[in-house]
Amino acid sequence: MSDPYYQRLQRRHLTSKIFAGVCLISTWFGLVVLAVLMTGLVLKATGTWDPTSTGAAKATENWLTPTLLTHQISADPEKAGMIASIWGTTWLILMTAVMSVPMGVGAAIYLEEYARENILTRFIRLNISNLAGVPSIVFGILGLTAFVRMFGMFSEASAIGIPMGIGMLKVPLPFGKTLISGALTLSLLILPIVIIASQEALRSVPQSIRHAALAIGATKWQTIWYQVLPASLPGIMTGVILALSRAIGETAPIIVVGAVSFISFNPGYLESPTDLVSDPNVILQIPASPYTVMPLQIYNWVLNSPDPEFKNVASAAIVVLLTILLLMNGMAVYIRNHFSKRLNW
Amino acid sequence: MELNTFENLISKRDGDSPETPKTGTAGSKTPAPKALTKVETRNLDFYYGPLQALFGISMVMPEKSVTALIGPSGCGKSTYLRTLNRMNDIIEGTRITGDILVDNEDIYASQVDVVELRKKVGMVFQKSNPFPKSIYDNVAFGPRIGGIKGKSQLDEIVHRTLKQAAIWDEVKDRLNSSALALSGGQQQRLCIARTLATNPEVILMDEPASALDPASTSRIEDLIFELKKDYTIIIVTHNMQQAARVSDCTAFFFQGRLIEFGTTKSLFTTPREKQTEDYITGRFG
Repeated sequence: MSDPYYQRLQRRHLTSKIFAGVCLISTWFGLVVLAVLMTGLVLKATGTWDPTSTGAAKATENWLTPTLLTHQISADPEKAGMIASIWGTTWLILMTAVMSVPMGVGAAIYLEEYARENILTRFIRLNISNLAGVPSIVFGILGLTAFVRMFGMFSEASAIGIPMGIGMLKVPLPFGKTLISGALTLSLLILPIVIIASQEALRSVPQSIRHAALAIGATKWQTIWYQVLPASLPGIMTGVILALSRAIGETAPIIVVGAVSFISFNPGYLESPTDLVSDPNVILQIPASPYTVMPLQIYNWVLNSPDPEFKNVASAAIVVLLTILLLMNGMAVYIRNHFSKRLNW
Repeated sequence: MELNTFENLISKRDGDSPETPKTGTAGSKTPAPKALTKVETRNLDFYYGPLQALFGISMVMPEKSVTALIGPSGCGKSTYLRTLNRMNDIIEGTRITGDILVDNEDIYASQVDVVELRKKVGMVFQKSNPFPKSIYDNVAFGPRIGGIKGKSQLDEIVHRTLKQAAIWDEVKDRLNSSALALSGGQQQRLCIARTLATNPEVILMDEPASALDPASTSRIEDLIFELKKDYTIIIVTHNMQQAARVSDCTAFFFQGRLIEFGTTKSLFTTPREKQTEDYITGRFG
């Protein structure tokens, strides 16, 4: 075995094994950290174990209770709930989705399917990528100026009513510290992500599909609407849901555009989803309502509460938040798999 | 000098005369043909940006016949084919000079609606490209976007065109399953059915059998033979035997120029140009 080829072969095999090992460690590192974090949170939330307990706190109490999901905030940690922030997050994300998805997908379609390749479109693409990396606090400040205060165009607060069929949608001017401002700000924040994900999804549709449609006399619009968009839907949906997952977790811009720290009613005073059935025009109260969101609620319980027990309540709230996030991401994977089953190029 | 005219081609089609038409390299002018000309190009130049891909192509393709375009890779035959239904418009920076007439109408004229043109001049691609939808929806897409809504009408079109494309018996029990589950040869016949569904008059085929096994290839060739009774077919092929088997006229392209155009029989038996002879005997290409 003095042949240099065989000596080198051994080395090549060794390198290959080392590389596989490094990749394996990288994979496990993230997973282990997440598992440790989750375990710690769940233990703390359920009162099984409190690593920071000094003995004074009741480390045996379970904070992950239905109370957390059904009650409003309270000075008593035993009675404290996060229902207002769950509703706040739900409405905020719904409104953000309604605003950002059509705009983001529309922009992506324009850039991928219509725009000609020139300096301007390259500049726009570069800018969108850059926007995706802008710190969220900057978007918060932008939202404060543009939506909450509207550049000070309105010296005194006024409002306009928009007839909506089931009633009047009252929109304050400037928007102020309402769900509208929050949703618009988050929309700006996730728009670059939605655009980039949608562009990738559109680009992954084989060019031959477009040619096939055009060659049998489809217009550009028919080609996009009936063939390209359906084929790229799984990718777009995945991108949108991941972007919305990010929006759920955003705290900084939401603080800036004025989610209220202590609020003890649901947006639009909506007590349960059944209210929407009995009195549908309640939904028109929601956009102009003050609100709070889950990350902000958690932040407040951790930092601004006098009773140290609230730190445990916060752990339980984090478990709720992460569970909702996990469900959303699971949905993204499910949707992608469901749609891509029919799409084996 | 005998010109490369349509009348010549037709008269030579049965091959009773040993005379072959003269080549059209010089961009020969065709006297306004009478009834049977379907597609004609005059002095066609084509550019990808600064790069000229076609040089003065003048050709006449008779109605209800098969014209084969042969030549080595990169000779411009596919580019030429795509100019005939303006699929090259999709590529940025392309430019064309000269005339392309379908039914004696200039298809690059400003009043021509390219959507309408492509309905009339259908196209089958080299790689089968069914939509990721059901077999039925693939065929019904063309009629649907054209405004046909009635279920029974669509059923009739799907049935008729799948039969025409000789694939009905294989798929009649699974019209609602995905077209992507079909084999390569079946997919290609489905694509032909899809093209037929919009009622074209001319069908362009860009190496429709090059990715298929011999059995599927022979089915496609049989199909082409059937289809030429009703349609004008222009087919690009790399396969000389295929050109000889299915076509009535053959055009040999080389380096963006039309070297020789004549009836298939004459071109293959008594080529006039040295380059043609070299190519069909396999000396290059």
